Amino acid sequence: MKATTRTVENVEIISLQGKITIGAGDTQLREVISNSVNAGKTNILLDLSGVTTIDSSGIGELVGSYTTVTNRGGKLKLLHLPAKLNELLHVTQLITVFEVYENEREAVSSF
Amino acid sequence: MERGDTERIEITISSRFENIELVQVIAEHLCENAGVDEDGSHWIGMAVREAVANAIKHGNKLDARKKVNATFELAGAELEIRISDEGEGFDPNNVSDPLNPQNLMKTSGRGIFYMKTFMDQVSYSFQPGGGTSLVMTKNLAKGSGIASTKA
Repeated sequence: MKATTRTVENVEIISLQGKITIGAGDTQLREVISNSVNAGKTNILLDLSGVTTIDSSGIGELVGSYTTVTNRGGKLKLLHLPAKLNELLHVTQLITVFEVYENEREAVSSF
Repeated sequence: MERGDTERIEITISSRFENIELVQVIAEHLCENAGVDEDGSHWIGMAVREAVANAIKHGNKLDARKKVNATFELAGAELEIRISDEGEGFDPNNVSDPLNPQNLMKTSGRGIFYMKTFMDQVSYSFQPGGGTSLVMTKNLAKGSGIASTKA
């Protein structure tokens, strides 16, 4: 998994690309979120358009990331959810937890 | 594949996460060759991914000397997938429900739920001398397992 980060207004936009799966992208995602939070960036927008594969471990890391950011007083929201990831969040009812956006400007202004 | 034909594929891997995709790809190709569409093949492949990951992590406890065996048997439209490890087994009745509000924010515990969502049947058997076998079945003539979630 690759992660690229940029800041728009007061929002850290983290674009993830590749796989978020057990033993690979899952731990990387945890590190990326941890680094941002430790740097004081607690308004985080995860752009998931480049995610090609995710499994239950990756879903678990998304949940863990949400909790990490929320516990630090911040917000974590999702942008450009791929269709299959969207379905995985629906069947586990996690879609009710995350705020999901299709438009970056709209997402940024929601923080 | 014509009605009445059978196909059997078997692969044994060492317990390394990087081997999961080998087994997943076999499942997806087998399904695609049997005429299952891309989405349907993907979800079956994901069920296999979850099963193999559990066998490696929870069954064989990441011991690379221990093996995970996967067999795929396709008879007509009936696919049976068996994933076996060398672990000590577990109590399927103690697996928590990830849809329970108390479990919603847990970072683990969704793998078996996804398998049950994508496949028709999921069952376990435990060998007396150790080792767990997970058997999943799917009628490939049916649609993908989560079509009903599409609003």
